[in-house]
Amino acid sequence: MNIPEPLIMETDILVVGGGTAGPMAAVKAKEKNPKLRVMLLEKANVKRSGAISMGMDGLNNAVIPGHATPEQYTKEITIANDGIVNQKTVYAYASNSYKTIQELDRWGVKFEKDETGDYAMRKVHHLGTYVLPMPEGHHMKKILYRQLKRTRVDVVNRVIGTRIITDKQGRAAGLMGFDCRTGQFTVIRARAVILCCGAAGRIGLPSSGYLFGTYENPTNAGDGYAMAYHAGAELANLECFQINPLIKDYNGPACAYVTGPFGGYTANSHGERFIECDYWSGQMMWEFYNELQSGKGPVFLKLDHLAEETISNIEVILHTNERPSRGRFHDGRGTNYRQKMIEMHISEIGFCSGHSASGVWVNEKAETTVPGLYAAGDMASVPHNYMLGAFTYGWFAGENAAQYCADTAAGEVDEAQIAAERARVMAPLNRSNGIPPSQLEYKLRRMVNDYLQPPKVTRKMELGLERFAEIGEDIRHMTAADPHELMRAMEVQHIHDCANMAAHASLFRTESRWGLYHYRADFPERNDEEWFTHCHLRKSAAGAMESIKRPVEPYILPLDDEEKTAYQRLRVVKEAVNV
Amino acid sequence: MTYAIQRTTVPVIVDEEKCIAQKGCTVCVDVCPLDLLAIDMLKGKAYMKYDECWYCMPCEKDCPTGAVHVDIPYLLR
Repeated sequence: MNIPEPLIMETDILVVGGGTAGPMAAVKAKEKNPKLRVMLLEKANVKRSGAISMGMDGLNNAVIPGHATPEQYTKEITIANDGIVNQKTVYAYASNSYKTIQELDRWGVKFEKDETGDYAMRKVHHLGTYVLPMPEGHHMKKILYRQLKRTRVDVVNRVIGTRIITDKQGRAAGLMGFDCRTGQFTVIRARAVILCCGAAGRIGLPSSGYLFGTYENPTNAGDGYAMAYHAGAELANLECFQINPLIKDYNGPACAYVTGPFGGYTANSHGERFIECDYWSGQMMWEFYNELQSGKGPVFLKLDHLAEETISNIEVILHTNERPSRGRFHDGRGTNYRQKMIEMHISEIGFCSGHSASGVWVNEKAETTVPGLYAAGDMASVPHNYMLGAFTYGWFAGENAAQYCADTAAGEVDEAQIAAERARVMAPLNRSNGIPPSQLEYKLRRMVNDYLQPPKVTRKMELGLERFAEIGEDIRHMTAADPHELMRAMEVQHIHDCANMAAHASLFRTESRWGLYHYRADFPERNDEEWFTHCHLRKSAAGAMESIKRPVEPYILPLDDEEKTAYQRLRVVKEAVNV
Repeated sequence: MTYAIQRTTVPVIVDEEKCIAQKGCTVCVDVCPLDLLAIDMLKGKAYMKYDECWYCMPCEKDCPTGAVHVDIPYLLR
């Protein structure tokens, strides 16, 4: 095959990932300083990329004056995350949440409003009211694309990043990768890099066995986590996995969030409610898991008691937004919401701070621990940040990176790292005998399920690390038949890095926390004395994976005792029946 | 090392009567988040080249002639 000679490009700010946070970061960097060159790199096409390629049905964490306060929201997320929270980062989101909503509203995003023109807020969380439906949310990507054109951001599609370039002072200085259609090795020099690469959604294998039947958009393979790790950034709370309650086999969200305000709920096989609150948290997943394993399992989404017009309304929202093929799945199974409950189960594991807390560590300015390297969205460590948090932190990252460029001169780069990366990336194309990426990926992710899916067991996770090391040897013999397979080959290596990080971080924290997300069967109790702390993971100077404790920053909004345990009381309490 | 060729049904179906790839249309190929579709240069029609589908539907929604249909992959049906 004829692979073109390497392409070298230069920009001021490079944004990697054109899904949710990325376009916002690029637009805001450009607005902050229109003279800066801002490039948005995307491994698919920014018109339809990322977790919201088909839009989104609502905002899960809207903090709107008159309905909620930033203080109340920050406290609720602190509780939902079992106290291990840098409140400053959550508060920074919450204080700017409304500003982001107003900006999206101006750009043309349609939110549900009541007859007075006020936002039609819904209560789904355990304590506060933060859910705002977007029945026409399928236009989201088109709206973002218009903003990219308006601000004249340079868009580069179909290039996948593989490593960050660092200068001699250890600062981010660009990125290396390749075009997934031509195989052309691509070097982009930049003064600041903003990673917005989404979740690591392909660590575990869905129980269907279909490699791409994941909860997350499977293009979100953990590229950002792996690139940040190799650039020397610290990652936080990786042991707080993402595990979600989903429609069995279809593996998309059942959306009790959407149906809850209409009267739908999560039920056991008797049709009984067993959790008070359908908001996704580790504690909620723990109750879900217990019900699933009990004689009252499996677990279902129950809508069959609702009125026809309510169900039609729910169908319109759920079957045109976010995962619109859902209606087709139900048709094939003959599961009409009117007649049958919808069977649910538990997703594969992943990293995603959008839903849990596992991400590349960032402060309230979206800065990572590597100077010049920023992160936003599902891959950055601000817990439960969802789509609106991705937009808000994208905004922070864009503005702060623009400021950083004004204050900082470009550093000198050791060219040897570029030659080495080119050799590493191109190797699978040049080998004629070896294992294809799909086989390696299947085996790796099946082992992740066998050894890392909670309940976590020490000896099993150690065995998992042994298997991952063997697969790491096989990766050295991986082949790729074309540039498309080369993209999968690089993703397998990102997944392999994430699997190792997941095991390593989970072994370090010898207690249980966050419900099912970090339930360790051999350390079943929460141990605040030793483990009321963040755990960070990084690459040591010697190149090994190491975990360290980082103290939880003093709260800016202290909790009272009643609040602290609110999320530990999610199970419906049955009143004693007098006979 | 020898390799097997394993047949698999793909979830994205293109109606070749309706597909206008021969006129230069590449919309479905452009929008696929996983880069799974391609144009058959001999036939001048789009087709699913790789079975790595997230059944997400931009290819179907954005096709200007309604030629693309997304099924749920067989393993999940």
